[in-house]
Parts: sequence; C-alpha cells; structure tokens
Amino acid sequence: MTDSGKELVDAGAAVAHSDAIENPGFQPEHKRVADLDPQRAKGAERGIAALFIASIVFTILAAVAYNIFPIVEGDPQSIRLNNMFVGLGIAFGLLAIGVGAVHWAKALMHGHDLVEERHGTRGTEETRTRAVEIFKEANAESGWTRRKLVRNTMIGAMVATPIPAIALFRDLAPAGSPQEVLNHTMWKAGVRLTRDPNGTPIKASEVTIGSAFHVIPENLLEVEEGFLDEKAKAAVLLMRLNPSDLKEAADRKDWSYDGIVAYSKICTHVGCPVALYEQQTHHLLCPCHQSQFDVTEHCKVIFGPAARPLPQLPIAVDAEGYLIAQSDFLEPVGPSYWERAL
Amino acid sequence: MRKISHRTGRRHPLASVALLVVGLFTTGGAYALFTGTATAESSAVSEAQLDEGKKIFQANCASCHGLNAEGTNAGPSLIGVGALSVEFQVGTGRMPMAGSGPQAEVKPVQFVQEDIDAMAAWVASLAPGPALPEEEMLSGGDASNGAELFRVNCAMCHNVAGAGGALTEGKFAPHLKNIDPVHIYAAMVTGPQNMPVFSDMNLTPEEKRDIIAYLKYMDGNASVGGLDLGALGPVSEGLFIWIFGLGGLIAITVWLTAKSN
Repeated sequence: MTDSGKELVDAGAAVAHSDAIENPGFQPEHKRVADLDPQRAKGAERGIAALFIASIVFTILAAVAYNIFPIVEGDPQSIRLNNMFVGLGIAFGLLAIGVGAVHWAKALMHGHDLVEERHGTRGTEETRTRAVEIFKEANAESGWTRRKLVRNTMIGAMVATPIPAIALFRDLAPAGSPQEVLNHTMWKAGVRLTRDPNGTPIKASEVTIGSAFHVIPENLLEVEEGFLDEKAKAAVLLMRLNPSDLKEAADRKDWSYDGIVAYSKICTHVGCPVALYEQQTHHLLCPCHQSQFDVTEHCKVIFGPAARPLPQLPIAVDAEGYLIAQSDFLEPVGPSYWERAL
Repeated sequence: MRKISHRTGRRHPLASVALLVVGLFTTGGAYALFTGTATAESSAVSEAQLDEGKKIFQANCASCHGLNAEGTNAGPSLIGVGALSVEFQVGTGRMPMAGSGPQAEVKPVQFVQEDIDAMAAWVASLAPGPALPEEEMLSGGDASNGAELFRVNCAMCHNVAGAGGALTEGKFAPHLKNIDPVHIYAAMVTGPQNMPVFSDMNLTPEEKRDIIAYLKYMDGNASVGGLDLGALGPVSEGLFIWIFGLGGLIAITVWLTAKSN
C-alpha cells in the first residue's frame, strides 16, 4: 500500500501520504466572555476607550512637561527631567494606542476561525502561452533583436552612466597615496614631546619613575586641518621604568632615555588607545579587546588579539633637558592594512 | 609682731633667682604655647607622636614591611613613601591588607585618624616623601578643565564617569565616587599599587585640584542622560536591554497571540 502510494507522488511535489490523517476541522468556536455577556462586552468597551483617553492624557502631559521642565542654557541637569517626562509622555501616549487597538481586536472584534487557501504559483497553460506571445510581439514591434546598433548603443550608454560616480567617490580617498598618509605621523627628529592636552614640553627630569605621561607632538596644536587625524596617529604614552627592569634589544638601546620609553598609544589590533598602564607589572592593557603588551620587552604582545608590538618612538634629550623625538616611528602605527610592508 | 615683720621682711637669698626663673618660664611658656599651636597645624611632629607612630607601625605593619619599614619579601620598603602614602593606604582601609591577592582592596578603616597621623609622621620622618596637601589645594577647582584632564589622564582606567574598570589578572581600577579629596590627591601623587604616578611635574597641584573638582561635581550631580546603570557602558546597558527590553517584547508577543478569555 505504501509502496504503490509512493509511486504516485511526483518527485518534486510535497510529501502526500495516501494514509494522511483526515483534516479534523476547527475546534468548536471559543466563546469569549464579551460574546456571552453583554455586560462584560460593555466593560471591555469602556476599558478600551479608557486606554485611548489615557493616550490623549499622556500626549498632553508630554507637551505640558516640556514647558514645566524647560531646558535652561548652561544647566545640563535641566535636560534630564525635560527628556525624561517628555519621553515618558510620548511613549505611554503611543503605547496606550497600541495596547487599546490590540485589546479591541482581541476582546470585541469578530472572533471566528477561518481558512485562507494557498494558491498554486504556476499559471494556466493559456496564460503562459499568451505571455510568450507578448514577448515575441514586443520583439517584432520594437526591433530589439533586428536593430542591433540601436540596442547595443543603448546598452553602452547605460553602462557608461555610473562613470561620474567613480570620479566622485574616488575623490573621497585621501589626497595622494593613502599609504603615505598611513605610514607617517607628525613625529620627526627634534620634535619635542609635549603634554596632552595643553602642549607644554616635558623635561626628562620631570618624568619620575612609575609616571605615565600622555604625549602629543609639540607642533600638533598648530595643526588646523585634520587635527584629530594627526592626533590619532601621533598619540604617544611616555613611561619611566627602573632602567634595570627594561630588557632592551641591542639595536634599540639608544631609543630610550634612562628608563624613559615612548610607545604609540594606538593598538595594533584595531586602533583603540592603549593606555591602561600598570606601573608594577609594566603591562599595558587595551580596554577594547584585552590585548596586553609588555613594556619591558618593547611592548611585545603577551595576550590577546593584537598581532604586533606597539611601535616605539625613539627619544632623546635636547640641550635644555626637554624630551625630543629622534625620528618618526620606524613602522606604521595602528592596525594592519593591505599595503602595510611590515 | 616683730616676729611676723621679721618673717615677711626677710627674703631667701635665692628668692629673686626663683622669681626670675618663674617669670622666664611664664613668658617663654606662653610664647611657646601660642607659637606652638601655630606650627602644630603645619608640621605637628612631636617626639611622642613619632614614638607612638613607630609603636603602632611595628605592631601592625612590621610583619610585611619590616621593623624599620625597610621592607621584606612580603612587602615593599616604605622608606621615602611619605605621609601621603600612609594616609592613602591606611586611611582608605587598603592597609593593613586582609590577605594577599591581586591588589589591596578598600575595606573599613582599621585605625582612628590619630593613629594614622602618628604612623604617617613616623614614616615621613624616615626619609623625605610626599606630604599631605594644603587644605586649599583640595577644593574650589575648575571642574570643566578637570574633566578634560580626567579624560586624557585617568578615564582609560577609571572610566570617563569615574565608575572604575577592569585591569589584568584580577586587578582593577576602583570607582572614584564619593572619595575623600585627600585620597584622590594622594592617589595621583603616590601612584598606589599599579596606578602610574602623576607627580606635580606631570599634573600641577592646580590641575589636581581641577580633577578633584570634576569628581566632586560628578558626585553632586546626577547623570544628565538619566539612569546611568552604574555608568559601566555596554555591560550593564546590554544586560538591561537583554532582560527588560527583550523580556518586554516576548511578553507583548505572547499577549498578542494569546486568545482573549
């Protein structure tokens, strides 16, 4: 019985068992209290109307609250009450409309079950033949396949229309080579290390052991265009450790000054500022994804997703005792990008 | 009669010397008393206080820091840490430590202020170190400048609203709400535990006062944005929206599809 049943079924069609369960039909209609008792129906009606009236009240309250709690210039605290009461008024005003409408539909509107049959997607043979005919007629009347020159030039014209967009969007890229912009920061030989945000230069003698200074290049504050871009690349964290704690590579011995080291503050993972310096463990922690860098060993990665150590800024001291950069960073700061050489 | 006059008339040979001594003691004592109270406010270090401080130290701190604060394997040397470190560590209850752990945590203060002052005076007498700030350096700063300095120097660990945050391996930067201004000042100057030092050459005393003013402003004013949920960012806000936001949506969905009774 089942075998012969299977053979009857079209391979692409839904499973249709010949012994399928018979459609039991609807359950007996569920009568709601409002259907049975006119008194309860009246009550539900009043309840719904009350919700809509409440909505009106809340809407008016929102408008009133805006005037009762005005935003006073120079007093941030005034924004708080203003926002809260206006927001609550509008929110409850809208919510009461929604709740009222749903309650109306559920409690009072027509409550019978009904079935909506699903229609087949395939059209009748007649419709399908006619559709093919329409295509053929259109082709004959327009000459789409016959007048190839017209057709091809039109396609060509349409393909050409986005060309201005390429020119427009290309101009959004940084001027010149983007690699150049990413490879270099404002640091160069002789630029003083200054305090963020006021730009006062830092003497080596002012950096006591255990200190952490947030540093910007001295010429940063003169930058007018692209200040934040430049700051985002040039930000440096300056720390002083006991010189005996530093395990410096031979070729980098002269990059620090008496235990003072300067590292890029921009994480090599995705560019968050790494500045959570623990002065006893000498670990730097990035708060975004918990990458950890060991300051004693040229900020090598000791935990987390960062791929490279933080770039070190070679520093020296000038004749007046101020800290200066020996050069720019010797590698691009921040996260990886396609053209990055290192 | 003669006997009486004889008695009153006669002076002991040393009487004038005694009078002189009494007079000198009175004027000198009075002078010392008046000027003494004046100097007591700035640097009241009496021998008795130092002795007291040393005794309290040796009874409570020496097992880790050594009998003469020279340090042991269990605790660092305290020579040269100054009175301010003692005020911070003991005055916030961090010291004496209840047990070894990632970092010393705040707990109820274990000593009365008098004893803390005595220990501070004794530790300060061992070697020069940071002293307690003048009272006027702790209040009246510019909160808006302080806010900028806080964002640059402090917010990465302590959170922009001063709510604190996690560090590595169980360490954390504590919250900065309702902290005694002396202890905020002391933390910046001394760099307790893993906090970097922000000496007066990095942040001037005026700048420190501004930062204190900002933190006090934050204490005294509720968050402008409404309920800040501890100002912990995505953690508490995410938890709130997952539980109450999604919970509310599920409740509404259930209500929408349920049949009316």
